Amino acid sequence: MSSPAILRHPEDSMPATAIAETGPGPVATPPSFGTLALRWYRLNRSGLRAIAIGITSLLAFLLVWHLLTTYRVVFFVRFTNVPSPLAVYASFTKAIHDPKFLMHILLSCRRILVGFSLAAIVGVPLGLVMGRFKLVHEIIFPVAEVLRPIPAIAWVPMAIMLWPTNEQSIVYITFLGSFFPILVNTLHGMTLVDPVLVRAAQCLGARERSIFREVYYPASLPHIFTGLTVGMGVAWVSLIAAEMISGQYGIGYFTWEAYSLVQYADIALGMIAIGVLGLGSSLLIRGAGQLVMPWRAK
Amino acid sequence: MSEIPAKAPQGHIEVRSFSLSYDSIEGPVQAVTDTQIHVKPGEFVSIVGPSGCGKSTLLNAVAGFLKPTTGIVTVDGERVGGPSAERGMVFQQYSLFPWKTVRENVEFGLKMRGMPRSQRERAARTLLGLAGLEAFEKHYPEKLSGGMKQRVGIVRALATGPKVLLLDEPFGALDAQTRVIMQQILTNMWQRLKISVLFVTHDIDEAIFLSDRVYCMTARPGSIKAEIPIPLERPRQQSMMMSSEFLALRRGLMSLIREESLKAMGGEINDLGMRGLNIELHGQSLAEVL
Ligand SMILES: Nc1ncnc2c1ncn2[C@@H]1O[C@H](COP(=O)(O)OP(=O)(O)O)[C@@H](O)[C@H]1O
Ligand SMILES: [Mg+2]
Repeated sequence: MSSPAILRHPEDSMPATAIAETGPGPVATPPSFGTLALRWYRLNRSGLRAIAIGITSLLAFLLVWHLLTTYRVVFFVRFTNVPSPLAVYASFTKAIHDPKFLMHILLSCRRILVGFSLAAIVGVPLGLVMGRFKLVHEIIFPVAEVLRPIPAIAWVPMAIMLWPTNEQSIVYITFLGSFFPILVNTLHGMTLVDPVLVRAAQCLGARERSIFREVYYPASLPHIFTGLTVGMGVAWVSLIAAEMISGQYGIGYFTWEAYSLVQYADIALGMIAIGVLGLGSSLLIRGAGQLVMPWRAK
Repeated sequence: MSEIPAKAPQGHIEVRSFSLSYDSIEGPVQAVTDTQIHVKPGEFVSIVGPSGCGKSTLLNAVAGFLKPTTGIVTVDGERVGGPSAERGMVFQQYSLFPWKTVRENVEFGLKMRGMPRSQRERAARTLLGLAGLEAFEKHYPEKLSGGMKQRVGIVRALATGPKVLLLDEPFGALDAQTRVIMQQILTNMWQRLKISVLFVTHDIDEAIFLSDRVYCMTARPGSIKAEIPIPLERPRQQSMMMSSEFLALRRGLMSLIREESLKAMGGEINDLGMRGLNIELHGQSLAEVL
């Protein structure tokens, strides 16, 4: 027994050529790093491709934007005053150190949080109850149908009259915007519940309350989350419009104010901030959906 | 098994002077008429008949989902007034709760009964073990094959220790091999639990292989055309399906059903202008199965 053998780990002792020689035999040999990397690449090729193309496409967008603004192109659309990407970046680096800008963002987020949460807290249970109890449906549905087509933004003057403070009327508009998508989708989910599942629960001894909690509610969850996602989108639309019309503070107000103050770079900055916030909040809802509905995880 | 109390055979189903009609725009649809059936405690009884003859209607009335238009359904002398955990049911569409894992599905009836969590977890594990499903307890139903889903469905229905088990074409959606295995599993469970079974199927071989007695129904409006005792000894083996006794029973039942199927199809054949064709659909497809 030679001494170097003691130092060798048994798995190391097999030379690399042996792996190649045995090939795809029944004996499982631990694959080398290279093989693993290659396999990983093969499995994720289409995803990697999408990412690569996505990045290229975003860069191309920035480049076109840059060229259009540097050369101040006027071709039907006027890019004369449009800020360049670099100008927007400069105003971004300034803004993130500016407490006022952060306050605008925080205020908008708070309005969304309150308005959207209220809409979910009222809309989901109301939809569930309307889906289960015909009388409640018959009473509430006509009113909801009359109010639903009115865009939340059309409520601005009325909201200002209704609510004592500006802040409350903006939250109210945000609430209205998300309320109807949430209600309608929850209701839709309730109508699609498989009656056989209800029967299955009944002959396992479930009573009304348990059937509601154990069948109707989880069966409707996918549609509830569709409602929440759509509702969140409409909440942002309504909020920004309300802030532009009647606001003081808020990211919508910031964007509009930038126009009035002739700070063109801030207009684009405001727009990008709104886009990022909207994207972030819909990702949050999707994440919550995956937590609440583990059975739908792919 | 200790979770399912070993009780004296119970579950005497009786259906007397039963008829049921559905309301529709064209007036009432008579689905089942003038029907008497019974299942003795611990007996395995099948109902066969052409599709649309009212088998599901009859079974749903025993389950308590439908009220008879006339007549009465009783279990152990008590009138059936609505669904209850005393009568377990297995559906063709599996009907597992997609948002519950396999074990949570099996636990459902026990949970409804208020059994504490740890106790019902243990009970569900035992039952899943009997059905060879312990490895899948944490899976969601979507990930299971049809045969596994239906095993879970049966175990779930049996978990609360019902007096009777009602099955509505439970193996109709499964392939032939899986179906044979499922029949064996069902037979085993039935013999262990000494429970009464009412089994609806359109598969004649299945009905004969499983049952103590088979009811054959007429075309709509359905009623009992014949009652055929199956004297084959138990335990039953797959090989018995080739015995002359089995084949004789099969021939008898087949001709009964064929008569009714043709009657049921008569209207449709007429509508389609296919009267001249020699329709052997039912006979042929069943012959292929053998
Ligand atoms: N809800 C209903 N309304 C009207 N007719 C129905 C309804 N359900 C079933 N039927 C009719 O009753 C008859 C019996 O149905 P069913 O019991 O499902 O038959 P089977 O299970 O034997 O195929 C069928 O002809 C069907 O069309
Ligand atoms: Mg049926």
